[in-house]
Amino acid sequence: MDPESVQFIFLNAAIVNNFVLALFLGICPFLGVSAKKETAWNMGLATMFVMLVSSVCAYGINLLLVRFNIEFLRLISYIAVIASAVQLVEMALKKFSPGLSRAMGIFLPLITTNCAILGLALFQTFREYNFVQSLAFSIGAGVGFTLALMLMSGLREKLELARVPSVSQGAAMSLMLAGLLSLAFMGFAGLGSSHA
Amino acid sequence: MTTVLHKQEQVTLDTFLRGIWEENPVFVMLLGMCPVLAVTNSTLNAIAMGLATLFVLVASGTLVSLLRKMIPREVRIATYIIIIATFVTMVDYTIQAISLDLYNSLGAFIQLIVVNCVILGRAEAYASRQRVGAAVVNALGMGVGFTLALLCLGTVRELLGAGTILGYPIFSPNFEPWVVMILPPGGFFVLGGWLLLFEWIKQRRERRTLQAQGATAHGS
Repeated sequence: MDPESVQFIFLNAAIVNNFVLALFLGICPFLGVSAKKETAWNMGLATMFVMLVSSVCAYGINLLLVRFNIEFLRLISYIAVIASAVQLVEMALKKFSPGLSRAMGIFLPLITTNCAILGLALFQTFREYNFVQSLAFSIGAGVGFTLALMLMSGLREKLELARVPSVSQGAAMSLMLAGLLSLAFMGFAGLGSSHA
Repeated sequence: MTTVLHKQEQVTLDTFLRGIWEENPVFVMLLGMCPVLAVTNSTLNAIAMGLATLFVLVASGTLVSLLRKMIPREVRIATYIIIIATFVTMVDYTIQAISLDLYNSLGAFIQLIVVNCVILGRAEAYASRQRVGAAVVNALGMGVGFTLALLCLGTVRELLGAGTILGYPIFSPNFEPWVVMILPPGGFFVLGGWLLLFEWIKQRRERRTLQAQGATAHGS
C-alpha cells in the first residue's frame, strides 16, 4: 500500500502505531477510566469526536499560521483551540442530547489534558498531511484509542476475579497488562507495507 | 470576586522533599505517565526530558503564584495552560538550538509537556494558593522527583535493552541485549516492576511496624 494513501494512514494510526500502546499518548485516561467497559466505551467515543473536531480546527489554524509566518505560536494556539473545542462539544451535547451529556459526565472536560489530542494535531502538522489525510489520521487515531481502552477494560474486568499477590494489586498489575497488550500489538508491525 | 483564603505554608525542608518521595509525581501519584514511558528508552533522553519538565514546572509555578490574585477564577485553567504553553515553546526552541539530535529523538514529546498533568496539577493545587517562595521550592522538589523517576526508568531500560549507560558499554560484548526493553512494551514492564518494588517495600515496612507494636504490647 502507498504510505501516503488514506487507507494506510488510517490503518497505521489505528493498529500498527496505536496511539496508546505504541506511541504512549493518552496513558492517563487509559489507566484511569479503563476499570469498566461502559465508561471506557463512553470515553473512547468522546475522545474520538474531540479528535475529529480538533484535527479539523488544527488544520485550519496551521494554514493561517503559515500564511502570516507566525509558526512559533503553534503550540499556544493549538492548545487554546483544543480547550475551546472541548468546551463547545460539551455545550452542544448539553443542548442537543442531555442523556449522552450526562453519560459522558466528567470525562469531557478531562479530554483537554489528554495528550493524544494535542499529539494528533502536532503529528499531522509535522507530517504535512493534506485535509483528507488529516481526517483519516484523526479517525484512525480515535478508533485505535477506543480499541485499546476497550481491550484493557475487558481484561481488567476479568482480572477482578483473579487471585493475584497483594503486592501486585492496582497500578502495577494494570501496567504489566498494558505491557502484554503492547507486546501483542507489536505483532502488527509491517502490516500494510509493500512487502506484505 | 470572592477571595478564598488558604493557609500559607511555611517553607521547610519538607516542602522540597515531599515531591521526591512521599508525593513523587510518577511513582505515588501516577501523573504525567506519557513522557515517563515514551522518552525513557535511554538515560540521556530521560535526563533531558526531566530537566525540561523541571524548568517548565518552576517557571510556570513562579508566574502562577505571582499572578494568583489577578487571575479570575472562571478562566484560571485556560490561563494556566497558556502560561505553561509559553514556557514550553521557549524550552522547545532552546533544545532545538542546543542539540538537534536530542530534539529529534525526543520528537513531539517536548511540546507535549504542555499537557503533562503534573504541571497543571501543581499550578492548580499548590502554586495558585501559596506564596512565591513556597511555590518555587515545591515545584523544584516535584521536578527533581520527576527527573529521578525518569532516570530510574531510563537507566534500567538502557542497561537491559542496549547493555549501555549513557552510551558506555557496561556488560561484556557477549551480552545479548533484551531489545524488548527499549521498545514500547519495555516501558510498561519496567514501570510496573518499579511500582511492585515500592509496594513490596511499603508492605514490608507496615508489617514490621505491626510486629514491633505487637511485641511491645505483649511485653507490657
